[in-house]
Amino acid sequence: MDMIKITIDGKVFEVEKGITVLEAARKNGIRIPTLCHMNLSGLRFVNKPASCRVCVVEIEGRRNLAPACATDVMDGMVIKTHSIRVLNARRTIIELLLSDHPKDCLVCMKSGNCELQDIAHEFGVREVRYDENCAMSTYRKDKSPSIIRDMDKCIMCRRCETMCNEIQTVGALSAVNRGFNSVVAPAFEQNLVDSACTFCGQCLAVCPVGALTEVDHTWNVIQAINDPKKVVLVQTAPAVRVALGEEFDMEPGTIVTGKMAAALRRLGFDYVFDTDFAADLTIMEEGSELLDRLQRFLGGDKTVKLPILTSCCPAWVNFFEYNFPDMLDVPSTARSPQQMFGPIAKTYFLEKLREKPEYKDLKREDMVVVSIMPCVAKKYECSRPELSYEGNPDVDYSLSTRELAAFIKRMNIDFNSLPEEDFDRPLGESTGAAVIFGASGGVIEAAVRTAYELLTKQQCPSVDFKQIRGLEGMREAIVPLPEGMPLKEIKIGIANGLANARKLLEAVQRGECDYQAIEVMACPGGCIGGAGQPYHHGDSSIIKKRQEAIYREDAGKPIRKSHENPYIQKLYEEFLIKPLGEKSHHLLHTHYFKKREKYEEVDD
Amino acid sequence: MTHYRFHILCCGGTGCKASNSAGIVRKFEAVLKEKNINDVQVITTGCFGFCEKGPIVKILPDNTFYVQVKEDDVENIVNEHIIKGRKVERLLYTDPKSEGHVSDSKHMGFYKKQMRIALRNCGFINPEDIREYIAREGYAALGKVLTEMTPEAAIDEMTKSGLRGRGGAGFPTGLKWGFARKSVADQKYVVCNADEGDPGAFMDRSILEGDPHSVIEAMAICGYCIGATKGLVYIRAEYPLAIKRLQIAIDQAREYGLLGKDILGTGFEFDIELRYGAGAFVCGEETALIHSMEGQRGEPTVKPPFPAVKGYMGKPTNVNNVETFANVPVIYLKGADWFNKIGTEKSKGTKVFALAGKINNVGLIEVPMGTTLREIIYEIGGGIKGGKKFKAVQTGGPSGGCLTEKDLDTPVDYESLAAAKSIMGSGGMIVMDEDNCMVAIAKFYLDFTVDESCGKCTPCRVGNKRMNEILDKIIKGNGTMEDIELLKNLATVIQDTALCGLGQTAPNPVLSTLNNFYDEYVAHVKDKKCPAGQCKDLLSYVINPDKCMGCTACARKCPVAAITGTVKQPHKIDQAKCIKCGTCLDTCKFGAISKQ
Amino acid sequence: MAVKSLADLKKMSSEFKNTVSLRENGDNVDSLIQIKVAMATCGIASGAKEVMDFYLEELDKQGIKAVVTQTGCMGYCYAEPTIEVKLPGKDPIVFGHVNVEKASEILEKYIKNGELVEGIIPVNYETVK
Repeated sequence: MDMIKITIDGKVFEVEKGITVLEAARKNGIRIPTLCHMNLSGLRFVNKPASCRVCVVEIEGRRNLAPACATDVMDGMVIKTHSIRVLNARRTIIELLLSDHPKDCLVCMKSGNCELQDIAHEFGVREVRYDENCAMSTYRKDKSPSIIRDMDKCIMCRRCETMCNEIQTVGALSAVNRGFNSVVAPAFEQNLVDSACTFCGQCLAVCPVGALTEVDHTWNVIQAINDPKKVVLVQTAPAVRVALGEEFDMEPGTIVTGKMAAALRRLGFDYVFDTDFAADLTIMEEGSELLDRLQRFLGGDKTVKLPILTSCCPAWVNFFEYNFPDMLDVPSTARSPQQMFGPIAKTYFLEKLREKPEYKDLKREDMVVVSIMPCVAKKYECSRPELSYEGNPDVDYSLSTRELAAFIKRMNIDFNSLPEEDFDRPLGESTGAAVIFGASGGVIEAAVRTAYELLTKQQCPSVDFKQIRGLEGMREAIVPLPEGMPLKEIKIGIANGLANARKLLEAVQRGECDYQAIEVMACPGGCIGGAGQPYHHGDSSIIKKRQEAIYREDAGKPIRKSHENPYIQKLYEEFLIKPLGEKSHHLLHTHYFKKREKYEEVDD
Repeated sequence: MTHYRFHILCCGGTGCKASNSAGIVRKFEAVLKEKNINDVQVITTGCFGFCEKGPIVKILPDNTFYVQVKEDDVENIVNEHIIKGRKVERLLYTDPKSEGHVSDSKHMGFYKKQMRIALRNCGFINPEDIREYIAREGYAALGKVLTEMTPEAAIDEMTKSGLRGRGGAGFPTGLKWGFARKSVADQKYVVCNADEGDPGAFMDRSILEGDPHSVIEAMAICGYCIGATKGLVYIRAEYPLAIKRLQIAIDQAREYGLLGKDILGTGFEFDIELRYGAGAFVCGEETALIHSMEGQRGEPTVKPPFPAVKGYMGKPTNVNNVETFANVPVIYLKGADWFNKIGTEKSKGTKVFALAGKINNVGLIEVPMGTTLREIIYEIGGGIKGGKKFKAVQTGGPSGGCLTEKDLDTPVDYESLAAAKSIMGSGGMIVMDEDNCMVAIAKFYLDFTVDESCGKCTPCRVGNKRMNEILDKIIKGNGTMEDIELLKNLATVIQDTALCGLGQTAPNPVLSTLNNFYDEYVAHVKDKKCPAGQCKDLLSYVINPDKCMGCTACARKCPVAAITGTVKQPHKIDQAKCIKCGTCLDTCKFGAISKQ
Repeated sequence: MAVKSLADLKKMSSEFKNTVSLRENGDNVDSLIQIKVAMATCGIASGAKEVMDFYLEELDKQGIKAVVTQTGCMGYCYAEPTIEVKLPGKDPIVFGHVNVEKASEILEKYIKNGELVEGIIPVNYETVK
């Protein structure tokens, strides 16, 4: 590696060639404030438009101040990061940003998590010296089932745009208009709900201010809990338990499953269940579907659609509905775990409850299913009409990990001192296979654990298919099958981040893909990097730690294969009869729509 | 072959076209046909530059220069000049100093000091006929470069000539070409920046309208030098005539084999396509221009990487401005040494300026570098309109600064203008007289940059808007001394931190008026007066009762009935109603009304 | 119409030259031979048009760079057709009774070689610039 010498604030450092001034400073413990810049290393996301100009530094011999984030170091460079010229420029710029930013911090969802607020505080900006009636750039508010856009608060850092276009290739958000009136918005004045948006929410996960936030359903949940008529069930997704602790100042990667169950119980939920149970169920259905397709294919049926695509991720479902309308018969028809949990709760479990005298007249609409999700697309998923029964949604409300944390704090529960408790039965029992749904590659690994055994009628040599794991955006894994099988191996493709999903899908479209199965998760890293998780503020090591925690949790589970979950087995015995059976078809499977056409028809 | 006795050149530039030069051409053709005169040729040319007095008709070989010609004058010109050989005196240009008619363009002050290199063919040839360009040694430079020079030698020649970018920044053209040559890639691009966006500037438009082939030829030469086979002209869609003529020229060049494969049998391949810009000023910045051509939002990005390394579609790209290209063929024909002798030590050749504002001869001029502002304004420009006093001249458009009386002997070249705290810019030159309020001028330019900001970086997006608001406050009489300080700090920070040239130079008009006319700012703030009497909120119209005869003329003309009074009694203006339109002042025959 | 080589281009350039030569000459009028033919009614009646055409064609044929313009009546109606010839750096000379034959003689002797020929009319005025 080529090393060069630079001077920062009077000290000489040896740094590698080709890095930026910002990187060189950070590596040597010198903090240069940034705002628009964000680099999620390992997750492929780099936003450095060099547009906020907060990170400007003085470089000897240059006429103008230079943005540290976008200026490469050069041998002999002399840099001043905190000269009065720099300080004045930064303060002026922050003041300018504040002059065009609503001062409603008290009621802003991002208050306390706002990077603009932090930086204004750091620079001690105590007044904005521009006319109090100075113009503010405004844009109409847009509320979708998942995401609220309040562009008055936008500071044009363009992180959301980079995320939406480069990492996700969704293309819903881009800068429109110019100058003072420029704003990030869907094209043609569309609302987000009518655009290509998949509600993956990664835009709001990187938004430094309150311009992009999620729809908050906490109050609806509080009302339901306090309604004596209602029985309120809660289910928590696998990725929540490895991230929730961060909101209570625990180390990233701390597993808080037990405390979370305890907290949920104290919040007043009648039954504390686990989405993991539904994840095991998903494997039964999806694994059987894979098996079915494989067997038909091996039997010579050329119409079989392979590879099968997973369908657990609601943003991914929105993505292929919009972008690949001709391939709607390729993904698995299995619903996501959240949406398998709902109907099972509102049928199977409802029937079980009605056996108790106090619930004998319990109506479906008086059973409220709440989900705790690392996701904001789940909110949209809850609102899909086909995932309801006679107008009553299968899942009533979906709260994000962040909303749950806020809820716990609001209810004066000291999370850290809670005891470890268990989930309720029967919908709270799960296997290690279900836990790993939270990380990229987890769904397919869980499916392989089951499909392998169903296909070969033999035990897996090991349940740890480590070749499937990782955070890289596009991976491929080969699972060898024992001798004498009609198929030598199962080839699997894994994508996280929708740009990678698009690449894989296009390869499938061209017939260049010899995988049997593909797992797609919309968010970089999978659900652990979901948009409903505690803000990572640009630190991607947090996501890595959550991933490690997921696999720790899996390893610690006594049962690690979905089909061995006794409560799942019981569910089939008592109620569903068999995977892909008639009841499953109605309750656990879904169908897809050509989303783009739906809206184009409306436009006509 | 017919031997023509006369060529009648009619200006077909956008300015003259707007005042019906096409009708004049048709009329000439009709009248000549009717009178059965077939040894006179009528040609539509590009801009003559003397737009102030358009439409222009020039008759050769005797160089007669008719100004402000109307369709009705055509018959007269044919009868008198063509048939009888007598000049039509009343249509000749009148020298404002001697008040005598000047019959031939050689003796007009406007042309005397000019030297036309980039504009050599403008107003001389028919831009829609490649043969006329070829007749003027067109494409000979390309031929020479292709057959006699290696790309390296040709770049050396360009470097030696000292030609610098005419788009504003003045970067040496030869060096730029050298960078693009050094980049290794399977495809490179030559881009012509024809996104002329300065308010009041029309140099590039006139060149493209009047001599499109010179740009095409230069782009091909550049392509040979840097190793590119593709050329793109980024031209604003608001220039329909330039687009049409350029397209005709490209088609003709292809037809003649001067674009396409195996040009002049040398194996060199080059072709040009047009890309239309939507008129965003920022797209004149080369990285923004490239993004716009790629179909992206027209926003600048940080350099490096420079376009010479990573440009259009990620490939090495050389971007030059229209005027820069227009200089190229002549340099190869006449040699770098010839070009190098024109101009000043560091600024070689000539520069085209669009002369505008309060000046007698508004128009397009080309002068050797080093010509002083005084020469341009007083000799070529014919001085200030209406005998008013010169106050300032803005060079470099909205990115430039204003220069005052003390700077008039500044030679026009990159260094001297920069030393005087303005810039060369692309060639806009706007002259202001004593009636121009400099605070209002600063605001005028800022209005433009605020409109044209892409909105990417904070200092430009928000900062310029805030400066504009402060200026507005001052103009309305609500400013404070703190505002002036705030303005100064803001201007300095924006200059220091904005991402691209547009943002960095946007505060220039504010800073330069603050430097040169600080008192005028203070007058607005402290005395609540506009010394130039331009800012409406700071002036009032009053009637001097001693002079008012009570004729009622002003009261009758006042659009808001703000003036009251009885006949033969002094009138009064109700200041609350007055909208300061100035009609009363123009109406009063007794000098009883004044601005205060 | 394709130009196949540099030689082609040069040939084409000289072919097209006379489409603009009138204009180019007009631009450099002071350094060229100027011939003014008086083409008022009196001149035209006595055959000035033929003289003008002769010069236009013959000068072009012989490749002599000259500007041929027409002018109004010079006042020597008795001597029409009259022409004024100005060689670069010399005073203009007016010739009278110029028919095509005379025109040819003026061309061969005066214009090409500077030899004076008969028929000069003494100039008795100055042109106001």
